[in-house]
Amino acid sequence: MAWMSWTLPTALFFIGIGVILVGMTTWQIVSPCVERRGFLPLATTRGDRLFIGLLSSAFIHLAFVALTDVNIAVATALCAFWMIILMRWG
Amino acid sequence: MQTKVENNKAWFLVMPVFLIVAFSAIIPLMTVVNYSVQDIFDPYTRYFVGTEWFKQVMLDSRLHEALLRQFLYSFTILAIEVPLGICVALMMPTKGRGASLALILVAIPLLIPWNVVGTIWQIFGRADIGLFGAFMNGLGMDYNYSSNPTDAWFTVVLMDVWHWTPLIALLCYSGLRAIPEVYYQAARIDQASRWAVFRYIQLPKLANVLVIGMLLRFMDSFMIYTEPFVLTGGGPGSSTTFLSQSLVQQAIGQFDLGPAAAFSLVYFLIILLVCWVFYTTIMNMQKDK
Repeated sequence: MAWMSWTLPTALFFIGIGVILVGMTTWQIVSPCVERRGFLPLATTRGDRLFIGLLSSAFIHLAFVALTDVNIAVATALCAFWMIILMRWG
Repeated sequence: MQTKVENNKAWFLVMPVFLIVAFSAIIPLMTVVNYSVQDIFDPYTRYFVGTEWFKQVMLDSRLHEALLRQFLYSFTILAIEVPLGICVALMMPTKGRGASLALILVAIPLLIPWNVVGTIWQIFGRADIGLFGAFMNGLGMDYNYSSNPTDAWFTVVLMDVWHWTPLIALLCYSGLRAIPEVYYQAARIDQASRWAVFRYIQLPKLANVLVIGMLLRFMDSFMIYTEPFVLTGGGPGSSTTFLSQSLVQQAIGQFDLGPAAAFSLVYFLIILLVCWVFYTTIMNMQKDK
């Protein structure tokens, strides 16, 4: 594993992604979701909203890094807030 | 009462694919993420730099220009190849030996490897020994793809159109063959014009194959490397240097692994976004039907 040049932040990032995937799979088994339409202009499942949320969060982080000097933790907090809104009402 | 026993053993059949994808894509991608936040001098000397490489990459004007060129290139070849592919498919014979011969002739460019295509066009386009170069100069143009950026772009686009229009044509041809004859009979009864048949019967029926064709061509052209590299080497200057060439220059030429990894991730995210947009479009089109 040393050849992969792991760092603590990237390890935590991937553990977080893994936990989210396992959690979403468990949630789906326990309570299967149905496709629905929220404020997004298309019908989505829970997994679709997660994907949209993760992808948009990546772009929000990139925009923060490129356009501002604000601490990246602010972008992460904003993305967490955005993910909650998207998963609940998206 | 539920009597059917749920059996998830079929998931084990997916395991080999999952393992292959893990080794060929997921683990390398994780490594790239690790590289993107470090300054790597050698395998044992590396320093955590946070988001520094991302900032550098996002503000690099050379990469902005390469990205712009990449989008311009992809949209140009789509704007040419899709209508041209439809026209070729409409003109191809549908029955008899002519149909088989046409299919073989149209498919030939698709069988040629990328680097060979680049070499063919490198020689073909040369003004001194190439037929195309001599033809262009014979028309009175001062054509030289190695010194004139416009000529280089023209040749790179023409090469891609020659290489990949057959894919669109073959996809459209298969789509056209799948239209039942009754639609054409109804059109004849209504005395529909040739344009009306195309607009209201053939084009709607081609929508699915066209979306797939556009997705394939966009992805492929967005990742293009070999053909322009062999033909122009990214020049003259950097006029035909696309994203993948910039990336290779940075990662292998300059051995800047950290910035190259950050660049790869931004490149990957753009491709992922475009893929998702196309995928969602296809899925919604099928739902509407």
